[in-house]
Amino acid sequence: MKIKKGEIEHIAVLARLYLSEEEKDLFGSQLSSILGYMENLNKLDTEDIEPASHVLSLHNVMRDDIPALSLPGAEALMNAPSSTEKFYRVPKIIE
Amino acid sequence: MKYEPVIGLEVHAQMLTETKIFCGCSTKFGSEPNTQTCPVCIGMPGVLPVLNKKALEFAVRTGLATGCTISLYSRFARKNYFYPDLPKGYQISQYELPICEHGRISIIVDGTVREIGITRIHMEEDAGKNIHEDRGNFSFIDLNRAGVPLMEIVSEPDLRSPREAVEYMKKLRAVLRYLGVCDGNMEEGSLRCDANVSVRPSGQKEFGVKVEIKNINSFRFVEKALDYEIRRQIKVLGDGGKIIQETRLWDSGMGVTESMRGKEEAHDYRYFPEPDLVPMVVDKKWTDEIRASLPELPDVKQARFVSGYGLPEFDADLLVSEKAMADWFEAAVKAGGKPNSVSNWMKGELVRLLNEENKSFDDCPLAPEQLAGMLKLIDNGTISGKIAKTVFDEIYKTGKEAEVVVKEKGLVQISDSDEIEKAVDDVIAKSPGEFERFKAGEEKLAGFFVGQVMKLTKGKANPRIVNELLKKKLSS
Repeated sequence: MKIKKGEIEHIAVLARLYLSEEEKDLFGSQLSSILGYMENLNKLDTEDIEPASHVLSLHNVMRDDIPALSLPGAEALMNAPSSTEKFYRVPKIIE
Repeated sequence: MKYEPVIGLEVHAQMLTETKIFCGCSTKFGSEPNTQTCPVCIGMPGVLPVLNKKALEFAVRTGLATGCTISLYSRFARKNYFYPDLPKGYQISQYELPICEHGRISIIVDGTVREIGITRIHMEEDAGKNIHEDRGNFSFIDLNRAGVPLMEIVSEPDLRSPREAVEYMKKLRAVLRYLGVCDGNMEEGSLRCDANVSVRPSGQKEFGVKVEIKNINSFRFVEKALDYEIRRQIKVLGDGGKIIQETRLWDSGMGVTESMRGKEEAHDYRYFPEPDLVPMVVDKKWTDEIRASLPELPDVKQARFVSGYGLPEFDADLLVSEKAMADWFEAAVKAGGKPNSVSNWMKGELVRLLNEENKSFDDCPLAPEQLAGMLKLIDNGTISGKIAKTVFDEIYKTGKEAEVVVKEKGLVQISDSDEIEKAVDDVIAKSPGEFERFKAGEEKLAGFFVGQVMKLTKGKANPRIVNELLKKKLSS
């Protein structure tokens, strides 16, 4: 399983990662070997097994619609790299 | 060449829950920015979402009301993309196995009933709100809305005109409000609409290339944006050009749709089953319980208003457009008002007064019993239909009973022939010339005399008696 360079570049764009040419080669071969290893799973016979999205046999874990306390505004903004008194501040996202 | 538009709508409806879909933060609108958030909805590492049971119930409720199949087994999925209003870097939504599928809504356009298919209804979380500076280099983010539960209701490409799209939106909004699952407030963004639109030569089976229009948040804009876009596409094709599949933004100020090309648009969301949430199983018992709790819906109510109260279709349509209006109507009829009279006063005077004050039937200051009381006074001849308008304004403004207003203001209709005859004689005496012409056969002058008598009696004379007396004078 060899990942093409174009695929690595596409994945990097989606993940907002800026990779050097050396990194593209390095991560490309690493990802290829990880995915190659996963290929082993295809050797298993899964003919009679239902596809699963979850390993737990749980369903319907829900809560009632009752309000709980929220964080104070200042505390919510505390970890943000940039903020004003009331808002998160980010580089302008429209022209 | 003649072209036919093909339209499908994606409507996002904010669910009327108290709390967000995966945490206990309040969903209240209009609070101070960033005061209704917690580690779950701002995407802190290590937190776990837990589904709000009410959100699932509301989605099932909506599915049942629109004839959808409710999925016995359903699950959430991650939709991955980066945007500052999406703190986790993914939106929890549904992809495969949405909660509801294959429903329909019927609309009436120009007297024709059309069934519009609903492809699917799924649940998802809303994103935060972005505020942009006019100048300057920053945008500001309020995450109060992040995690508010939404239903995305996707229609089939069954709509064939902007009018049909508007009617569909209106019907959908009415149904959501009847169900109590969404307040339908488009100004506050509780109901938002994206449209997929294409055109094809009339008679062609295959669809044309579709364009998605975003940001349409009023009924008026739905019609305008679609009108504009359809005309644009026909022009492009007419000039020998090709439609590009793209997303366009409706600019209500300019009245145009604008391409979003070049802006962030990677349609590679890499959906996968949400590992932090376990699947949902909606069994028959729960579905049956929810079904049993459904209210009478607009279409059924409309039919009942026509057959049960003998109302014209058009009036019944209007009355059932809002549940509060329909309830008000039935309460007034129950209090003794004749259905047709109640309906006429509601759609005329009452709607006018409510509109003047920007009110709706939810906060109508007039009680149905007050209208019924006034109608009784018209029926038994105590007041004339003309005076009733004054009485109506008064009972609306003061909250008093019609009977009290009539007594206080001395508005009782004069049905005493002698008194009216005196007024008729006065009027004739003042306008001898007109009376001669009237006698000579100029019949349209009858209106003039009735009007003058009404003026003299301040509108209180019983018009039937005025007419009788005039006839008598004519032959004497």
